[in-house]
Amino acid sequence: MSYMAKFRLWRGPDGTGALKDYDVEVLEGEVVLDVIHRIQAEQDTDLAVRWNCKAGKCGSCSVEVNGRPRLMCMTRMNTFDETETITVTPLRAFPVIRDLVTDVSFNYEKAREVPAFKGPEGLKPGEYRMQQVDVERSQEFRKCIECFLCTNTCHAVRDHEENKKVFAGPRVLMRVTELDMHPLDTEDRQKLAQDELGLGYCNITKCCTEVCPEHIKITDNALIPLKERVADVKYDPIRWLGSKIRVRGQE
Amino acid sequence: MSDIERYSFDVVVIGAGGAGLRAAIAAREAGKTVAVMSKSLFGKAHTVMAEGGIAASMANVNKNDGWSVHFRDTMRGGKFLNQYRMAELHAKEAPERVWELETYGALFDRTPDGKISQRNFGGHEYPRLAHVGDRTGLEMIRTLQQKIVQLQQKDKKELGDYEAGIRVFAECSVTEIFMHGEGDDRRAAGVLAYWRPSGAFVAIDAPAVVIATGGIGKSFKVTSNSWEYTGDGHAMAMIVGGALINMEFVQFHPTGMVWPPSVKGLLVTESVRGDGGVLTNSEGRRFMFDYIPDVFKAQYAKTEEEADRWYTDPDNNKRPPELLPRDEVARAINSEVKAGRGSPHGGVFLDVSKRLPADVIKAKLPSMWHQFKELADVDITLEPMEVGPTCHYVMGGVEVDADTQELIGVKGVYAAGEAGGGLHGSNRLGGNSLSDLLVFGRRAGIYAAEYVSDAKNAGKATPLTDAEIAAASAWALEPFDASRDENPFTIQAELQMIMNDLVGIIRDGDEMRDALAKIDALKPRIARAKASGGREYNPGWHLALDLPKQILVSECIARAALTREESRGGHTRNDFAKMDPEWRKVNLVCSLKDGKLDVQKKALPSIPKELIELFDPVELSKYMTTEELNAVGMA
Repeated sequence: MSYMAKFRLWRGPDGTGALKDYDVEVLEGEVVLDVIHRIQAEQDTDLAVRWNCKAGKCGSCSVEVNGRPRLMCMTRMNTFDETETITVTPLRAFPVIRDLVTDVSFNYEKAREVPAFKGPEGLKPGEYRMQQVDVERSQEFRKCIECFLCTNTCHAVRDHEENKKVFAGPRVLMRVTELDMHPLDTEDRQKLAQDELGLGYCNITKCCTEVCPEHIKITDNALIPLKERVADVKYDPIRWLGSKIRVRGQE
Repeated sequence: MSDIERYSFDVVVIGAGGAGLRAAIAAREAGKTVAVMSKSLFGKAHTVMAEGGIAASMANVNKNDGWSVHFRDTMRGGKFLNQYRMAELHAKEAPERVWELETYGALFDRTPDGKISQRNFGGHEYPRLAHVGDRTGLEMIRTLQQKIVQLQQKDKKELGDYEAGIRVFAECSVTEIFMHGEGDDRRAAGVLAYWRPSGAFVAIDAPAVVIATGGIGKSFKVTSNSWEYTGDGHAMAMIVGGALINMEFVQFHPTGMVWPPSVKGLLVTESVRGDGGVLTNSEGRRFMFDYIPDVFKAQYAKTEEEADRWYTDPDNNKRPPELLPRDEVARAINSEVKAGRGSPHGGVFLDVSKRLPADVIKAKLPSMWHQFKELADVDITLEPMEVGPTCHYVMGGVEVDADTQELIGVKGVYAAGEAGGGLHGSNRLGGNSLSDLLVFGRRAGIYAAEYVSDAKNAGKATPLTDAEIAAASAWALEPFDASRDENPFTIQAELQMIMNDLVGIIRDGDEMRDALAKIDALKPRIARAKASGGREYNPGWHLALDLPKQILVSECIARAALTREESRGGHTRNDFAKMDPEWRKVNLVCSLKDGKLDVQKKALPSIPKELIELFDPVELSKYMTTEELNAVGMA
């Protein structure tokens, strides 16, 4: 039931490094993470790999397998040909710490710029009332396991390091939509999404949706609706007129 | 000491799961500065794996529920070995803690009238678990993570720095808790940790330390727990002079995946049974009807017809035996497999496909559907799952004061969540873990904050010395010594096999003595565990540092299990198969005496009259001796 596979792993610190070849046993039903662990236990105990739950629930083991952004724990070995060399490299959009581990702190820093949930004044704990149909929209986005594969894949970040200053990436923008669609949230983050988080950099190529291991429809259900909401406010002719009159009045 | 980063905080919380984050929130809201130490990235802690829900008697679905019913269920589930005061506080405070999560932004599933929906679970008399599909743990950790961010945003506004009040040290593992002073003056002083990415050390002065490090499940081969569960906090509590109780009680969740081998042990949520799933053997029989123990006969259905009616009419029918407490179901599955009535891969069948329509299964159990589809090629809307017991949770934990969570006999050190002991007695009910984290995480944070004010006023907040930091960091670098020659991964795998095979779900005196001998033989090898390579993100080094702690808690489990000569909850012995009321009166307490493990019996506090009267005397007589019943006037 087992066979010897050929693996090629990125090894090295701080962006310096090279691919290293391994021959390693693969057993029935295994996923890529099992094989990486076998290499670690039997060949290179200092092989750096980040993981936690090994069940697709924590989003820690994000890497690129043969160039595709994947969770190692959810990538089954039987999806590859037994003779194929499997190349595992760290996420490309983030700085490499060592081997397969990247520094994803960018995502946490951007997340901190999004004002938190603000519930209605005067409602005490236990008094919140919401309908299932209304919470479901935001619940889809709360399935996010923060694997950051979406942001890693988004070409606005992946191919343009300089954009990181002005573009927060799909994960964080989806968080804005999630709060915007929360039935009881009272904060307005639409201007922030456009002006500070770079919503306009998204040109809806849906690459993020394609790699999401939770199958969240990031582009269709989060980013496009957020763009529409922002556009409603920004290009609403009555609001536009109102803002002009007010500006003139203040002058 | 120039290469060691130095910080000073009021409270250090070790662990960034549900209990740790809730403690950090409470301590910050009490005005203290907090360091949160996390072995993983922020928001990845093991809490994320919890599936079913948070138990709290909000009575949103059945108006008959209330704290006293929840208290009763918790004591029954734990076979009356619980610290009653913790069970009481837990039952009383859980609803407020859940409602509070909504004010932080949590989005639970709803009832038709817009309240938080509650689902059925094993051992709970009424539908009681607040949930979000089968990903409640993710909702809880994300909500707490985002609440921390909210507090950081507030600090940024008021103090100019996100990290002025709470700093999360992500991927930063604590190796040691420092203590200062002697005798009555002995107290917490701070911690030493290392950044996993760089290998650099961090020393933090802090008058209060909260241990919220979760459990010990990585001591067993077949487990639902992640690499982090090496019992760090349990061990550090003993090292600073604290004690562990109930370590013989390890929960084997009845339903883990059994195939393919790489996912063996992965959790299959109890919600599958709560929502109607049934367990069958290879003969197609719903075997749980054959395994209802005497103590639970009054509460469970005797026929399939009655059990099935219960889902729609719970007030007039008894519950299906698939929803017995976890220890009972795990033992039953084990017996069926041993009797040759198992499934092809050594489990039993769990079937929800014939009980619910496919779209309902996908809505209520989305991650189970996903998990089986992607990892086992099984479509649970069409066919049964194969499941078997997996190590899931340790009831045992640090002995603490029930109200404050402070370690008994150790000033300034607190423990909460899975690392804390006592609430669950000999067996934990599903859903009582997430509520435990919230209730006692918050209490630990509040009382740690209070203690810090007192300690500072009394001049007892003393900074760490260079000498103690140097000694602790030198110890942590020992695995790099050229004289070391053992592969830490090999040692850990051997330890996991020993515990799995010899101190597992069914235990035997001779096997446990064998386990203890083997554990002793591993100790000198652990002292030679070697780290190859450098200090940057080196998992071999990290494991070499975890192993001494992991083997200490493993030894506690084996020693306590060998000492307790009865079967109760998460401790089942072939050679002492019966539950013994005499043993209900005592906890086994593990501590270090001159560096050696010492196990002592300690009497449980007796349950006060107003709480004992919540039970029927006939039920109590199954657990307690006649003298005890006489003493409370319940004979």
